[in-house]
Amino acid sequence: MPGKLKAKIVAGRHLPVMDRASDLTDAFVEVKFGNTTFKTDVYPKSLNPQWNSEWFKFEVDDEDLQDEPLQITVLDHDTYSANDAIGKVYIDIDPLLSSEAATVISGWFPIYDTIHGIRGEINVLVKVDLFNDLNRFRQSSCGVKFFCTTSIPRCYRAALVHGFVEELVVNEDPEYQWIDRIRTPRASNEARQRLISLMSGELQRKIGLKVLEMGGNAVVGYLQCFDLEGESGLVVRAIGTACTLDKLIPGTGSNTITHTNTAPASNACNSPSKEIKEPVFSEDPTHPLSVPPTPLRTLPPSSSPPPFSPSKPCSRQSSSSDTDLSLTPKMGMGSGISVGKEAGPLKTLLRQQAQSALEQREFPFFTLTCFPPGFLVHIGGVVSARSVKLLDRIHNPALGNTRSYKLLDWNSVAADEPETRDAWWEEIRQEIKSHAKALGCHAVVGYSESTTICEEVCILSASGTAAMLNPRFMREGCLDAGGSDQRLSRQPPLGMVGSERAEGEVSSSWLGFDDASPPSCGFCHIPYDEFNMPFPAQLTYCYHCRRQKVPDVLFTTIDLPAEAAVTGKGCLIQARLCRTKKKAQGEVNATAISNLLPFMEYELHTQLMNKLKLRCMNALFGLRIQISVGENMLLGLASATGVYLSALPAPGGIQIAGKTPSDLSYDQHISTMQKRINDTIVMNKELYNIHPPECIEEVVGSPIPDRQRSRLFRSTSESSDELSELDLSHGKKDAFVLEIDDTDAVEDIQSLLTDAPMPAGFYSCNTEVMPGIYNWTSGLQMFTSVRVYRLNNANLTNQGLNKIFTDLCENLLKSLYFKLRSMIPCCLCHLNFTVAVPEEELIQVAVTAVAMSFDKETQLAADKALNEGSGENEEQLQFSMELCGESTSSNNQPTAKASGLPESAMTHSSSRVSSSERCSPLPEVRSRSLRSTRSLPCGAPVTVVKMTPLSFLPMTRIVKYLGIINMFFIRETTSLREEGGVSGFLHSFIAEVFAMVRAHVAALGGNAVVSYSMKECVFMENPNKNQAQCLINVSGDAVIFVRESDQEAIPPLITSGQTSTTGADGTT
Amino acid sequence: MSVELDVFVGNTTIMDEEVYQFWLDGYTVNDAVKVRMEGGVLEECEASAEVLRSDTMDQYRTFQMCERLLHSPAKLANQLLFQIPPHRQTMLIERYYTFDGVFVREVLGKKLSKGTKKDLDDVSAKTGVTLKSCRRQFDNFKRVFKVVEELKGPLVENIRQHFLLSDKLARDYAAIVFFANNRFETGKKKLHYLTFQDFAFCAGQLISNWTVGALDNMLEDMDVDLEKEFLQDLKELKILITDKDLLDQHKSLVCTALRGKTKAFNEMEANFKNLSRGLVNIAAKLTNTKDVRDFFIDLVEKFIEPCRSDKWTAGDMRLYLTHYTNSAHILDTFKHQVVWDRYMGVIKSCILKMYHD
Repeated sequence: MPGKLKAKIVAGRHLPVMDRASDLTDAFVEVKFGNTTFKTDVYPKSLNPQWNSEWFKFEVDDEDLQDEPLQITVLDHDTYSANDAIGKVYIDIDPLLSSEAATVISGWFPIYDTIHGIRGEINVLVKVDLFNDLNRFRQSSCGVKFFCTTSIPRCYRAALVHGFVEELVVNEDPEYQWIDRIRTPRASNEARQRLISLMSGELQRKIGLKVLEMGGNAVVGYLQCFDLEGESGLVVRAIGTACTLDKLIPGTGSNTITHTNTAPASNACNSPSKEIKEPVFSEDPTHPLSVPPTPLRTLPPSSSPPPFSPSKPCSRQSSSSDTDLSLTPKMGMGSGISVGKEAGPLKTLLRQQAQSALEQREFPFFTLTCFPPGFLVHIGGVVSARSVKLLDRIHNPALGNTRSYKLLDWNSVAADEPETRDAWWEEIRQEIKSHAKALGCHAVVGYSESTTICEEVCILSASGTAAMLNPRFMREGCLDAGGSDQRLSRQPPLGMVGSERAEGEVSSSWLGFDDASPPSCGFCHIPYDEFNMPFPAQLTYCYHCRRQKVPDVLFTTIDLPAEAAVTGKGCLIQARLCRTKKKAQGEVNATAISNLLPFMEYELHTQLMNKLKLRCMNALFGLRIQISVGENMLLGLASATGVYLSALPAPGGIQIAGKTPSDLSYDQHISTMQKRINDTIVMNKELYNIHPPECIEEVVGSPIPDRQRSRLFRSTSESSDELSELDLSHGKKDAFVLEIDDTDAVEDIQSLLTDAPMPAGFYSCNTEVMPGIYNWTSGLQMFTSVRVYRLNNANLTNQGLNKIFTDLCENLLKSLYFKLRSMIPCCLCHLNFTVAVPEEELIQVAVTAVAMSFDKETQLAADKALNEGSGENEEQLQFSMELCGESTSSNNQPTAKASGLPESAMTHSSSRVSSSERCSPLPEVRSRSLRSTRSLPCGAPVTVVKMTPLSFLPMTRIVKYLGIINMFFIRETTSLREEGGVSGFLHSFIAEVFAMVRAHVAALGGNAVVSYSMKECVFMENPNKNQAQCLINVSGDAVIFVRESDQEAIPPLITSGQTSTTGADGTT
Repeated sequence: MSVELDVFVGNTTIMDEEVYQFWLDGYTVNDAVKVRMEGGVLEECEASAEVLRSDTMDQYRTFQMCERLLHSPAKLANQLLFQIPPHRQTMLIERYYTFDGVFVREVLGKKLSKGTKKDLDDVSAKTGVTLKSCRRQFDNFKRVFKVVEELKGPLVENIRQHFLLSDKLARDYAAIVFFANNRFETGKKKLHYLTFQDFAFCAGQLISNWTVGALDNMLEDMDVDLEKEFLQDLKELKILITDKDLLDQHKSLVCTALRGKTKAFNEMEANFKNLSRGLVNIAAKLTNTKDVRDFFIDLVEKFIEPCRSDKWTAGDMRLYLTHYTNSAHILDTFKHQVVWDRYMGVIKSCILKMYHD
C-alpha cells in the first residue's frame, strides 16, 4: 500500500442552471479513483455551492497512482429522475509523485463536458502521501521526471545522458466498440478520454521503468503521440531521452548510477539482402554540387523494383517502402568508418570512444534538439525513413468485442499487437541508424517519429540528424571524476540575458577534451571521411577556422547550436507540395502511396534548396517534413529555419537555363525571370542582413569526377551532352541552375517568387529562437490557428493543387502577421504547421507558434555592431587562424590546451558560482504566497498563465518544473449551427483547451507552460446532421518562472535555506 | 476553393478596439470589413481583403463568446475561458455599456418593457443607430435596472460595483434607471432640445436630494423612488402663492435685490408672480405620479419658456433664482425653510442646466 491519495472538494462557481423551474442547481460531486468512489453532500439551490467536503482518502498502489487520473464528476441531484451530469474534471496526479515537482494541487478547474464544453468551475485540493517502496520488482516508476522540453531543462544539469527510450501501448478504440451503438455520444467520448488518460499514464510508467533500469532519473524530450487507427485500434506511443539530471543546487552531488546495458542491436534488418529489396529511386539532385547531404544515386528509376509487391505473402501485413529521402545516404556506401589521413589519431580516438559508448545502445538516438555545449561534435545531415503499412481490417466482427484491434499478422496470427507495432518501429529505427552510420555518424539527434493514417493505410516516419557526439556525456562517472568543470545546464540561446550568458561562456571548456574544432564551427565540420564520402558534396575548408572541411549546405532537424556563428538573421522556409492519387483500397493504395513518396520527398527537397538559395542562406535547422495522406491526394509540407552559417561557404546564386536558346522571346522571358530572381536575392540579403565577409574561395574538391559534379539537371529530362554545354555557358561553378523548359521548373520558379515577403517588422522561424535577434522583451503571445479548406473542384491537376496549397499556407501566414501587427517588431518563433486531409476534398492546416516582440532600439544597435562586425568576425577568424598556425607543428594538441585559455577557465569558475545561486529553486515564501492567493474563494483573481512552445520565457528565469502536462479532450456537438458553425465550435473548443491547461498549471502552483505543443487536432464534421466532433491532444511542461529583475531581489542565503523545506514538502 | 473553417485563438485573447466598436455598433462583418479597408489598415500592414475579413470574423466570434460574460461583468474577472489583461477587461466592459446619446434620448423615461423593445426598429430608423446596437443598449438598460431594483444602498455605487463601470458611466446608468423607474416624460417636442446629459444631471440632483437615501445615509432603502414625505411637505409651499401678502412681499424682496443688476429686470418684475406660481405649483403637485412624470415638461412650460421669450441670459437666470430662493428666508410668516431649500436647490440647478437653446 505505498500511497495515500487525498482529495477535498471545496466549492463550485458559475455552475449552469440545471433546474429550469428555480433557475438553480442542486449540485453534488463524485470523486473517483480506480474503483473507489466518494460523494459529497448535495448543496441545494445554488450556482455557487460551497461543499467544503472532508478529505476523501484513497489507499492505492503507486502503480495505479501513475496510471489512473483522479476523476471528479459534478452532478445535479434530482429526486425523481436520474441525476444529471454537469461535467467532469480529470486530474493527472503524476506531478505529485515526484518530490521535486508540485506538492499540492489546489485551484479552480473548469468543469468540462464533452457535449456542452466548460460549465462552471470547481475548486479542488489534492495531495499524495507516498510511502517508501523498496521492492526491487516494482512496476511503478514514481519519481522519474518527465519533460517535453527538448533540451536539458533549465535549473538542471545533465550528469549523464543515457539515451533513447521508447514504448507503446495498444488498445481497442471505445468509439469502435459494439457498445458504442447503444450508448450516448457523451458516454462514448468519456470512455475514450478516460482510456487515453489511462494509457498515457501506463505508457509513462513503463518508460519510467526503463529509465530506472538504465540508471536515469528523468526523461527529456518526451514525445507522446496517438495513432487513431479506427477499427484496428488505438496506439499510444512515446519516445524520449533518458538522462540523469541533477538539480542545480550548490553542494548537491549527482546520484550514483548503475548503468545497465541494453541488448546490443540486432542487425538483422541491416542485411544487404534487404537492401536490394528496397526500392531505389533516382533521386539525383539537380545540384549535387551544392547538396552535400545528398546521396549519390546511380540507379535509374527504371531499374528499381517496385517497393510494394503484393505477390509476396509477407507484404500482406506490411509493406515497407523504405523510401530513403534524398537527404539520406544510401546504405552500405560508407558504413565502415575509415578515418582519413588528415583526421589524425585524435579523431580516431574520439570516434572509438564515442562508438564504444554508443554502440552499447540499441538505438543511439536523442530526442533532444538543443544540447549542452560540447555535446555535439559534428553534424552529418538529415536522416529519415518512411514506411507504408497496411492496417488490416477485422475479418470477423464478432470478435470485435475482445480483439477487434488485432492486426492480422501473417507470421504469427496470435501475435500480440504491441509487438507488431514495435516491430514496425524497430525496422524504421534500424534504417535510421544505418543511414547515420553511412554518414560516418554514430548517433542521431533531434530525433522524432510520426504517423499519418488514412483509412487502412498508415505511413510511419522517423527523422533526425546524424551526428557525432562527445562521448563523455554518455559514460558513467566521467563527469563527476574528471569533468567537474562540466556544466551541462542548457546552453542558453543567444541573447538570453545576464547570468545565463555567463553560463554560455563555459562552452569553450569542453575543448580540452575533444579535437581542436572551435565551438562556433566545429559542428559544421564533416564527420564522414572526405575520400570516401557517402554522397557527392562540395567541400571547402571551414570559413571560420580554416582547418577542417565543411560542406556547402547543411540540413538538420535540431535547433541552431547557441555557439554557432551566424551571419545576419534567419527565416522560415517552407516547401509545399500536393500530389493527386487515385482512390484505391488496400494494397493497391499502399503501393500507389509508396510509389509517390520518394518523388514527393525529392520535390520538397528541391523546393527547400531553391528557397534557401534565394534567401542567400546555406543551412537549415529544425527541418520537419510532414507527409499527409488523403483518399485522393498526398500533402507534403517541409518547414525549416534557414540561416547563413559563417563557417559555410556563401551560396551561389540561382541560374536559369533555357533548353531552346534559339527562340528570342523565350530568351527574353528567361532573362526577365533571371532578373527577378537576382533582384530577390539582393533584396533578401538586405532583409536578412546577410553581409558575409568576402573570402577567398578554395574548393577542396570532392572525390566525385567533374563530369558528375556538373550534372545540373534532373536526370529524368536531360541527356548529359547538353549538360556540359550548359555548364560551360553558365560558368560560375557553384551556381545553381534551374532549367526552365521543364514544366516542373516553371512551377518551381513560380513558387519561389510567389512567396510573399514578410511585412516589415516581422521575422519568423520554426526553431526555438531566431538567430540574429537578441533583445527579446517579455511580450509574447502564443496562439493556435486552424483552417480547413474545401476544394470544390474535384478534377484538379497537381499544379492546381500545389498552387492552392501554397496560397493556403501563405494566406495563413499573412493572416498571422496581420493579427499580430500590434507586437511589431516581433518574431514568430516555433511556427509549427500541421497538415491533414480529414476528408476527400478538405485540407486542414493547423499552426501553433509564439509571437515574441523584441526591442527595436537595441536591435538596431546590435545589428550595427554586427555589420561593422565583420570586424569582430575577422578578429575571431584571425585568432583561430593563428591558433592553427601554432598548432600545425603539433597538430594533435587540442586548441584549448595549446592556447591555455586561462581567461575562460576563470570566467568559468566565477560564472558557475553565480549561476548556481541563481538557479536555486523558488523560495518557499514566494510559492506560498502564490498558493494562498489561489485558494481564496471566488473573489481571487485568476492567475495569469503564460504559454509558449519554446523551452523558455524571455526576461525570466524558470525556477521550478512542476511536471508534465499531457491532456486529451474530445468535444462533440449536435447543434453545430447554434454554436456558430464549425468555426464557432472549434474556436470555443480551442479556447476551452487553453483554459483547462492554464487551470491545471495554476493548480500546480505554476505560472507558465513551456514547450507547449498541440500534437493532435482531429476535426470531423457533418453539417447535414448539424454535428461535429473534435479531438485535441496537448502537452507541455508546467513551470514557475520569476522575472529576471525579481530574481535579483532574493537573497541567496534564504534561497538555499528554503531548499530543504521544498524537498520536505514534497513528501507531505 | 473555399474556406470551410478559420479560427485563431491566442493564449491572451487578442481584441482590436476598432473592430470591437464596429461590433458594438452592430455593423455586419461585411460592413466592418468595408470600413476597415477604407480606414487604411491594408496599406499599413500589407494585408489583403481576405485577411481582413478573416480577422474581422474571428474577432466577431470572440466578442460573441465574451458577450455572455459581459452580461455579468464580475464574472469576466474570474472566468477561466479567456485570458484578458485587467485593463482590457475594463475597456471591454466600459465600451459594452457605453450607449449612444441619441438612442438613450429616445427611450429615456420609457418603461423598459417588451413593448418598448418591439418599437426599437422605429428608434433605429429615427436615430440611425443599428437595430442590433439599439437592442444591446436597451438590454443593458434593462439588465442594470433589474439588478439594482432589488438592491439596497446608494444607486450609483450599486451600479458601479455590480457592473464594474466607471463613475461617470455608473452615474449615467443611475439616471437611466431613475428615469425609467419614475417614468419621467422626456419625449415631448418641447423637451427635444434637451440632451441626455442635461437629464442625467437633473437625475443626479434628484437622486441626491429628493430620495430617501439622500438624507438618510444608512442605506436603508434604495434611492430610485422620491421620498414620499418630502413630496407631501412640498404642498405646504403653496402658501407662497396663495397668500397674497406673502407673494407681494416675496416679489418686492426679489425686485429690490435685482434692481439695476440686469437688463431683463422689467420682464422679471412683470413676470414674477407667474413664474413663482409656476414653480410652487409644480412642487405642490408632485404627490401625483402623473405630475411627477410631467416634472420636466412643466419646468420647461411654466418657467423656462417664459424666461426664454423674455430673452433672459443664463446669468439673469442664475441671479433671479438665487434671489428668489434666498428672499424666501426673509419672509417672516414662511415657516417651511428646510423644505424650500431642498426643493429650490434642485430646481435651481436643474433649470440652470436646462436653460439653453
